[in-house]
Amino acid sequence: MLKVSSNPHIRSKDTTSRIMQYVLIALLPATLFGVFHFGLHALLLVLATVLTTVLTEYIYDRCMKKKISIGDFSAAVTGLLLALNLPPRAPLWIGVIGGVFAIIVVKMLFGGLGQNFMNPALGARCFLIISFTSIMTNFDCDAYTGATPLAAIKAGEGAPQLLDMVIGRTTGTIGETSMIALLIGAVFLLVMKVIDLRVPGSYILSFVVFILLFSGRGLDFGYILSQLAGGGLMLGAFFMATDYVTRPITKNGQYVFGIFLGIMTGIFRIFGPSAEGVSYAIILGNLLVPLIERFTKPTAFGKKAKKEAA
Amino acid sequence: MSEMNSEVKQSSMEVFFNGLVKENPTFVLTLGMCPTLAVTTSAINGLGMGLTTTAVLVLSNAIISLLRHIIPNRVRIPAFIVIVASFVTMVELLLEGFIPSLYTALGLYIPLIVVNCIILGRAESFASKNPVVPSIFDGLGMGLGFTVALTAIGAVRELLGAGELFGIPVINNVLGAVSSMLGRQEPVEYVPISIFVLAPGAFFVLAALTALQNRVKRKMQERGQNADKIQSGCSSDCAGCSDSGCARRFVDVDGTPGSVADAKKE
Repeated sequence: MLKVSSNPHIRSKDTTSRIMQYVLIALLPATLFGVFHFGLHALLLVLATVLTTVLTEYIYDRCMKKKISIGDFSAAVTGLLLALNLPPRAPLWIGVIGGVFAIIVVKMLFGGLGQNFMNPALGARCFLIISFTSIMTNFDCDAYTGATPLAAIKAGEGAPQLLDMVIGRTTGTIGETSMIALLIGAVFLLVMKVIDLRVPGSYILSFVVFILLFSGRGLDFGYILSQLAGGGLMLGAFFMATDYVTRPITKNGQYVFGIFLGIMTGIFRIFGPSAEGVSYAIILGNLLVPLIERFTKPTAFGKKAKKEAA
Repeated sequence: MSEMNSEVKQSSMEVFFNGLVKENPTFVLTLGMCPTLAVTTSAINGLGMGLTTTAVLVLSNAIISLLRHIIPNRVRIPAFIVIVASFVTMVELLLEGFIPSLYTALGLYIPLIVVNCIILGRAESFASKNPVVPSIFDGLGMGLGFTVALTAIGAVRELLGAGELFGIPVINNVLGAVSSMLGRQEPVEYVPISIFVLAPGAFFVLAALTALQNRVKRKMQERGQNADKIQSGCSSDCAGCSDSGCARRFVDVDGTPGSVADAKKE
């Protein structure tokens, strides 16, 4: 007699831990470039932040008598993403405070991985920006001083060379400057089928359309490319907006989410007081996810659409 | 007569501590959130707001309790508002005259005490059903509970967000003393986490302090002390508010003197 086990029948090898390891690998090029570009302090900052997030999660699990969850590598991913979002010369304690906030307040208090309503790394970044504005917006380092490319463009000063922006030889946070390094990681994630293009694609496309319509520069190719390469858009679109927990589950919802992020980023960058807006756009998008999922819920197989039923 | 007096006195103290601890308006009933979140940027602001509200609450509770048989049921809310607003106007003018610094710091939130739902809530669920003395004690307890909560929130926010406590740079003083003890030339300076004096900080601190007092209460319950029982006004869960809480006109107030009889009289 045949025995049929209960579903699911199709199993995949993709565990949480494995996916998180892929993300870590994908972030390596950007991290290495950042360390190479900004120097030893950037490496120390990355290490301190990652160590803090992992340790914090371990201690929290211990104190709350829960299963130790650092084995899924999600805390390490949060730490690395947060570190890549910090200015290269930020003191180490900035990374430590941000890491503790990301893990305890944004992630664990809401129930840990899978329950957090907001990307922990971005939540912590915004917490740090609001708390320590002067430190978090000071991008000076040995090799480069002055404003980030986006801030320079916004202020009407000359932007750096396009090639410098694409390669990453500009000021900015540790991980955001190099478009090429980030794209290498993104392609790796796409090939390994960890992420797909729905969110990042609709995000970047809608952002480009938005600045075409509202920046007042028309079809200025250099301007568009510098908007794409000069800020945190690549890091945000491929590594933060695609976070499984805080993006919509439904396919249509992911498009809606991406378009919303693109429009919000455009609004923040063009009409807002600061030159950058990726973090706030993604955080706002995270908050809308339950609503988006509700309105894009697909009809289950065998059930008629509501209109027909009514 | 003397028996009755002692009974009232005893339960007055119970009513008082009920407002201060068991039914703390901020941490347990979560009433009056608007001033709680808006003015607690420093400990002194929290204290000032709390004491101002307490004064209004005690006086309005007393007057409403005195007039409870006279005010017709149908127009009770407008009547309460008129009474509360009169006291708020008095307090506002007094503050403007005698403590102008606090008056400017609290600003718009002083006239807004009129619509503070702690005051209307206590008028509706306690003062309008109880004799004067317990009503005054209820006002005192609730008001001081509010004051303690606001001062605590303000203190934490000021300490983390500005490194100060009642305007004194506590953290930098301590850091300076420690670094001079260690023989450092330049003292370490505290970098304030300024989000705590901004709006989001109010939510963080309120949530953290509420969680803390819930934990203390749970520990007390585990030790067999009854800390959680809500006596007057509200039911134990907010979901049942409309049929057994403040939203209902006549509340079965177990153990609170006078109220059931009052309700029957009406």
